[in-house]
Order: sequence, then structure tokens, then C-alpha cells
Amino acid sequence: MAEAKDFKFIGSRPVRPDGVDKVTGRAQFGADLNLPNMLYGRVLRSPHAHARIKRVDVSAALAMPGVYAAISGADFPGAKHGDIGGEGGGDVADVAKNVMARDKVLYHGHAVAAVAATSASLAEAALEAIEVEYDVLTPVLDLDAAMAADAPLVNENCFTKNLPEPAEKPSNIAAVMNLARGDVDEGFEQADVIVEGEYRIPMVHQGYIEPHACTATVNEAGQATVWTCTQGHFSLRSQTASVLDMGIADLKFIASEIGGGFGGKTVIYLEPLAVLLSKQSQRPVKMVMSREEVFRASGPAAGTHCRIRLGAKKDGTITAATAWLAYEAGAFEGAPMGPGAMCVFAPYDLENFRIEGFDVLVNKPKVAAYRAPGAPQAAHAMESALDELARELSMDPIDLRLVNAAQEGTQAAYGPKFPAIGLKECLEAAKVHPNYAKPVPEGAGRGVAVGFWFNAGMESSAEVHLNEDGTVQIIEGNPDIGGSRASMALMAAETLGVPYENIRVLVGDTEASGFSAVTGGSRTTFATGMAVIQACEDVIAQCKARAAATWGVDEDQVAWEDGQAVPVPGVNAELKPLSLADIMKNAARTGGPILGRASLNARGAGAGFSVNFGDLKVDDETGKVDVLSYTAVQDAGKAIHPAYVEGQMQGGAVQGLGWALNEEYVFDADGVLENPGFLDYRIPVASDMPMIDTQIIEVPNPSHPYGVRGVGETPLCAPLAVAANAVRDATGVRVTDLPLSPPKVLAALEGA
Amino acid sequence: MARVVFPDHLLSVTGGVREVEVAAANVRDLLLALEAQFPGSEETLAKSAIAIDGQIHQDAYLEPIGSNSEIFFMLRLEGG
Amino acid sequence: MSKLHVTTSINGDPVEFLTAPEQTLVDVLREQLDLTGTKEGCSTGDCGACSVLVDGRLVCACLVLAAEAEGAEITTIEGIATADGLHPIQEKFLEHAALQCGICTPGYIVATKALLEKHPEPDEETIRYWLAGNLCRCTGYDKIVRAVQDAATTLAHEA
Repeated sequence: MAEAKDFKFIGSRPVRPDGVDKVTGRAQFGADLNLPNMLYGRVLRSPHAHARIKRVDVSAALAMPGVYAAISGADFPGAKHGDIGGEGGGDVADVAKNVMARDKVLYHGHAVAAVAATSASLAEAALEAIEVEYDVLTPVLDLDAAMAADAPLVNENCFTKNLPEPAEKPSNIAAVMNLARGDVDEGFEQADVIVEGEYRIPMVHQGYIEPHACTATVNEAGQATVWTCTQGHFSLRSQTASVLDMGIADLKFIASEIGGGFGGKTVIYLEPLAVLLSKQSQRPVKMVMSREEVFRASGPAAGTHCRIRLGAKKDGTITAATAWLAYEAGAFEGAPMGPGAMCVFAPYDLENFRIEGFDVLVNKPKVAAYRAPGAPQAAHAMESALDELARELSMDPIDLRLVNAAQEGTQAAYGPKFPAIGLKECLEAAKVHPNYAKPVPEGAGRGVAVGFWFNAGMESSAEVHLNEDGTVQIIEGNPDIGGSRASMALMAAETLGVPYENIRVLVGDTEASGFSAVTGGSRTTFATGMAVIQACEDVIAQCKARAAATWGVDEDQVAWEDGQAVPVPGVNAELKPLSLADIMKNAARTGGPILGRASLNARGAGAGFSVNFGDLKVDDETGKVDVLSYTAVQDAGKAIHPAYVEGQMQGGAVQGLGWALNEEYVFDADGVLENPGFLDYRIPVASDMPMIDTQIIEVPNPSHPYGVRGVGETPLCAPLAVAANAVRDATGVRVTDLPLSPPKVLAALEGA
Repeated sequence: MARVVFPDHLLSVTGGVREVEVAAANVRDLLLALEAQFPGSEETLAKSAIAIDGQIHQDAYLEPIGSNSEIFFMLRLEGG
Repeated sequence: MSKLHVTTSINGDPVEFLTAPEQTLVDVLREQLDLTGTKEGCSTGDCGACSVLVDGRLVCACLVLAAEAEGAEITTIEGIATADGLHPIQEKFLEHAALQCGICTPGYIVATKALLEKHPEPDEETIRYWLAGNLCRCTGYDKIVRAVQDAATTLAHEA
């Protein structure tokens, strides 16, 4: 790893390379592509939360003037089992059935059929002509009810995985997970104080402002091009290939700019539908989800029911900890209960613990990732319980966490020993932060919480091309959701030693870039950055060889300094340095164009810890909670572009506060979502929030050339408990269920 | 000998065995050794994430394993 | 029902188009006139991504019927920068990193222009309440507010 020194470009705050196009409306997002001869696709969605499909007949729709394609489950290849690949894995068959229902509809809004017509209004009218016969079944809508032994089943073929003995009866519990260490009973015996808490969080949505949108066109040779807003075009291509049984080479995916994802745009929804409609009609098909469809039928975050029990000595040392964590998977298995279970105790050095996790089917949309999937819900429970523990022990909440904090060498709750991490540094920084010293305003309360996420490495590719004038073109495969082009250019500038302004960054489509895993998992600056750095090092090696040839010396006589080939000190002092421009002027003669490349499966992602605290005020007449101030401290390893690191911390904090204070899916008794719009699913608006103060801690990750740790996901983990703990502090009442919306808070205050 | 620990959800492929000691120069050799000990385990274990001396790897194969390494098989990690 | 013929002015240019009576302005801008800078996030006037100015007034284009554009002067994001370059609001958004994914940014730029024309020296509360109709899910609003404050100062100096 590069030695700690003053970086020349890294750590600065230049304007992002794609910035001008984004402030002028030039940048093209998912719904911005219109092609000649294009049709508009629309989806018919299930009016029932749970039903068997007896019959689907699209013929009347297809017969309508202006309608050129109509599909249903029957038009898809049989849903085969297999690994969907991509980040968390999952069964292809489930994804295929989620994209379009086959024999059953499993949530209100589940796609049943789709049409493509010459106008959106014709397509809407065509949907009405599709005939579907359902056998309506009882929906399972409550997490606890779904777990009961006699619950109606979402899937009669689902048998609980990972039980000690194979399951005999089907169940809505798709899988369990157990992690344990030591002897919790003994640990509780040793405790001076024991606290317990039970916490419920409803389903919420990532809330990206851009609805899912794509345009697909298939030519007569069966080659498809799909323009879509996604966090990972390579991943979506392979998911589409699996679901449609198409060869990967026949699918070209182009990542448009993306208007937010947060994990929700790592899976396919419209893409296979648009491809099939385009195949059938032999015309391009554009499909855009309405806001209502996004809420009803994309991938929200799992609702949870969690129980935590902690035992500790008077000095704050935790002697035993248990967690019971049940997650809603929605219609198909795959709730993030594994990561949640692995994260719940991860920040702490515990001798005795037991964690039980449950992945539970309910007749709601299939959940997708939401920024550190599984961890925010688990952290809310643990950090709320820790807050109660601090009160019992009359300890400062930061001090309690310092006593138990994991550090380098601590055996993590999920198994391995931690390498260098920055939790203690974040706790200590929070403790002496000027905002922490400020008294809590009259009538308000302060909450503190810790956040943690593993951060991922995974596969990335990068190419670096030198232009004839020595300027630099980077090609990589990661959609830019929050300034990553700027970070790539900064890392390249630093490595090559050339000005940031000389560098351009292209997010290549699946034909133009090497394979890259999603922009997500807090991996892009780390892993794709690593690939860009290595590709630049490849360029440098080639440039040194060209310089040697030009000078007529051996390659080991050439060094690279500040963007130039220079003679190694002590020899050939009369040789003048050669810049990239100089080298390129002679390139045709010294061997041709200069391209550097790298492809890797990035090793050594560094875990990301955060400490957040905030002052919140509760109106005791209305129950409304206001956020007066908020401070986020997080270990970024090395902040390549500090403004975009701050941006992740601030954005995640506000998402978390929204989740804590007001966001929830409200279902009626039939499983119909009652608030599928931004008016009633109210995310924070500008007037709800104060400035979000940030402090970036840098405990370098030894595995990255510049010390980078991912930062994108950790910010969502702490805010839920910050809010809950602040409300407790302000009112004396612990409201354990989220959101802390006015009716809930008022009821809690009145009941107290 | 490297110490290899299996989480609960992989006990089904190890017949309930939680911990073994294995001599292996890299992950490829480890998987082969485990397949020999627990026939049929390789496919599942190969898809698992694996932590070697604290570093978490996905799709590990050529990563070296030391004679005193501590190895934990883990759930494949996601992100959002 | 046959289409309506609309004559209007967009970003200073005379424009004519045909529209179904029920079509919204955002739909016509994006699908017919290739002005895709204005974004559609919700179609119900809750997110502000489709913010445009109609006769200088800030509106959600998804709540305006295309037919209502008749005789009006419309300003979209495409009309904010001039031949001389970016508007100071656009520059400040870039300088302050007040965008991450960028989908809400066109709406914010237009809304901010309207805000600063009405309140050239807004305090933080005024900025936050005025822009409460523009949703952003990425930034947490902090850097947006700072960009607007800086733009206000810059424009005040230029005036």
C-alpha cells in the first residue's frame, strides 16, 4: 500500500467529470431513451395478494389496433432452479416467477401479463382486455402470524432450510440461521444487570426518485440491446439471460445514468418483459414503472421483529447477548437475515452470544437490498438495547460502547478476526466532537448509535487508454450513482501523476467494458478503484518501456515521476523527461497505441464503522419528532473525494431518519398497499432536516493502494437507533416499534 | 494445520461437523481435501464466502493458506 | 377525440405541438419535444423532479395539462444555461457536490431559480421550506442548501 503521505490529487474536491451534463439536463437516465418505431409497454398486475392463476388469455389485447405484442407467464421458458449469480445469490426460478407470475400470484401487484402498443394510453386500454381467472387464497400478511405452526402457506413446497433435522412439514419459514459462541446462560449468571427489548419495524422502500425504466430492442437475429437504469448492467444481463434462457452474447446491456438505487436496482423487473415484447413485435419497447408500481411491485426492504437480551457487569462489560431476528422475505425466500444476524453484534467483542435468524415468507413484494441489507434493522434493536443498558449502568452511551468495542484482532461475531478497523477511533472522535459537548437543547433528547457493514470486494475491470495528445481515457463498468467517476479520475491522476482535468471516465456498456460486479456493496471506490489503479500501473510500465526505447537505454534505467518518464537518479542526467504527450507523439514508432488493463476479484475489503448522534425534540401535544441536529462520524479508510464521502454519510443519515420517524408500508387486510405514493409514503423533505454534520475518520485499509474502505452502506445502520434513543432521552419513554410517527409517539406518551 | 470452522447453515454438508483441521496450500486444495472428507460438499463450499486470517474472500480459489491459518466459511455477502 | 393544437414558447423558442387533451406537459416535453431534461418521478406532483416555470411561476409539469401551455412562456432545465455558460446556480451545485445521482437536480435548479428570483437573500429556513417540494433521496439536503446559499450570495454580488 502507498505510504501515508500528502496526496497530490486524492483528498481534493474537484467537480465531477459528469457534472455539467447532470446540471443541464443532458445526462440520459433510464426513461430518457426514445427510439424510432418504438412501442410503449405496460404491465397487468395482480389484484390479489395471494391467488392461483387458473387462466390468462392475452388474445383479445393482441387483437386490438395498435397493440403489437402481449405476453404472460406462458411466454417464458420454464422457471428452472439454479443460482442467479450476482451478489447474494438466489434461485433463478424465484426471480423468473417474480418477474412474471406462473401458476400463482404472491402479492398484490405481482406481474401477470404485459403488452406493447403504439402509445401508453393504448397499452393501458389493452391491459383491460386481458382475461385472467384467479382462485383467490388467503394472504399471509403478518410476520408473526406467518411464523406460526398452523399458518396458511405462501408456498406449499417451502421447507425450512438449516434445521438440525430436515423439516417434515412445509412452512413459511424458508430458512433459519444460528450463530453462537461460548455459554450465554453462564454469561447471564455473571451479569450484574440484564436488559431486554422487543422491536418491530415495518416494510419500507429505498425511495429512489427515478422509477425503474428501460428500452429494449431485439433484431431479427435475436440479438437484444437493453438500455436500463441499474446499479449493475452486467448482473442484470446475466439475470435476464437466465430467466429468458438466452445466450449472454445475445444480450447487450447499456447502463443509463441512474436516479438512485440503494440496492433496489440490482435485480431485474422490466427488462425481461421488454425484451420479450420487443422480440414478439420486432420493434423497440420502452417500459417505465409508475411511482405506484415502484412501491407495489419492486423490491422493498424487509420488515422485522427482533428481540435482544443483554447482560453486563457494572463496569459495562457485556457478559452475554442473545438476538432473535425475524425478517420478512416477501413472496420468495431471501430476506437478508443472514447479514443481519452477522452484523447485529459485530461491533462488539463478546465472549458469549447466541443469534437466531429467520427468513419468513409473506404475501408482500419480494424484498431487495436496501443499503447494508439486514443490518439497519438489527442495529436498531441492538443499539436500542445498548442504550437501555447504558441507562441501567448510568454510563455515557459512548463509554459503554468503548468498553466493548471490537478492534484489530477481535474475533468478530460472524467468525474471523478483524483486521485493522476504525470503530474505537470513531467512538473517540464522537466523544470529543464539539457537537457532543453542546448541551442537549431544552425539551430535546440525544441518541447515540454505532453502525457497521462488511463492505464487499468482488470483480471489477478497467482499461486506461492514452489519447494521441497524452490525455487519458478510463473505461470501467460501474454505473455512477454518487460521484464514482470523480473518484476513479482522482485515483488515476494520483497513480499516473497527471492532472485530474486530463482524465475522462466512461462507464462502458457490457460490450465496451470488462465484466464488473454491481455498483453497490460499498465496493466501487475500493474494487473498481483498485482495477483503475492497476490499469494505470500497466500504462506506466508500458510508458517506461517506450521511454527506454526512445532514449536507447535499458528499461531498468527509467523511473516514473509526476506523470513523466525520467532517468533513474545518478545516470543519464542529460536525458530530458518525457511526458505522456511526448511518449504518445512517438507511440506509433515505439510499438503502437498504449492501453493499460486490469481485471480482478478484489481482496481485502475493509469493514466500515460509524458512530452517529443526534438531538431530537418531541412535541408532547402532537407526538411529532423534529431533528434539531445530527452528526455522523465514519471511518472511510481514505476519502478519495471527501465531498462524495460526506454525501454518502449525509444521505444515509437522512434515509435512516426517514425510516425511523415516518416511513412504513401500510397494508390493508387484503394485502393491498394503501400508501404507494410520495404523499403518503412520506420520505424526509428539505424542511424536515437540519444540516448533517460529518467527520471522516481515516484508518487506512491496508489492502487498498490508497487505503480505501467502502462508505456507501454503513451510513444507514446507525440513524434508526439514534432516533429511537433520542426519543427515549427526550420523553423518558422507550418506543420500540418504528416508525416513531406522531400517532405512535403520542400513544406511547399517553400510555406512559 | 489450518483450523477450519463451519457456520450452522453449512453443517448439512459436513454431517454436523463444526470444526476440522486441514493441511492445504490454498483454497483449491482445501476444497478438494474437504470434498474427500465430506463427499458432495465442494459445490456448496465453493459458493460460500471464506475468511482466511480475517480477510473475507468471495470466489476464493488460489488464495494461499498458511500452516496456522484460521479459516471461517461464511454466508456469501450481499450489499445494496 | 381529436388532438389539440398548442402554440407556445419554450426556453425562448416558439414551439407548436399536437396533444391529447388529457396529456400532461411533462409527457409532451419528454416524449414529443425531446426535452428529456425534465424528469418524471411520481406523476402526482409530490416529488418536484418535473419542476418547470410557466410564465415565471414554478409548477410541476406533471400537474399541468399540455394544453395549458397555449400562449405561455415555459422555462425548462434546458433553458437555464445560456450561450455564455452555466448559470451560477448550476455552478454552485457542482462546486458543492449538491448532487449524487442527479435525477432531482434539473428540478432543483429550476426551483432554485424561482426561489432566488422571489427571495434573493433567503435564510436557511426559507430555502428548506421553498424547496420542500423537491425530493432528494441521495444527499440528505445538506449540500443542496449550501449550494443555494452560495448561489444567492453570488447572484447578489453580480446584481
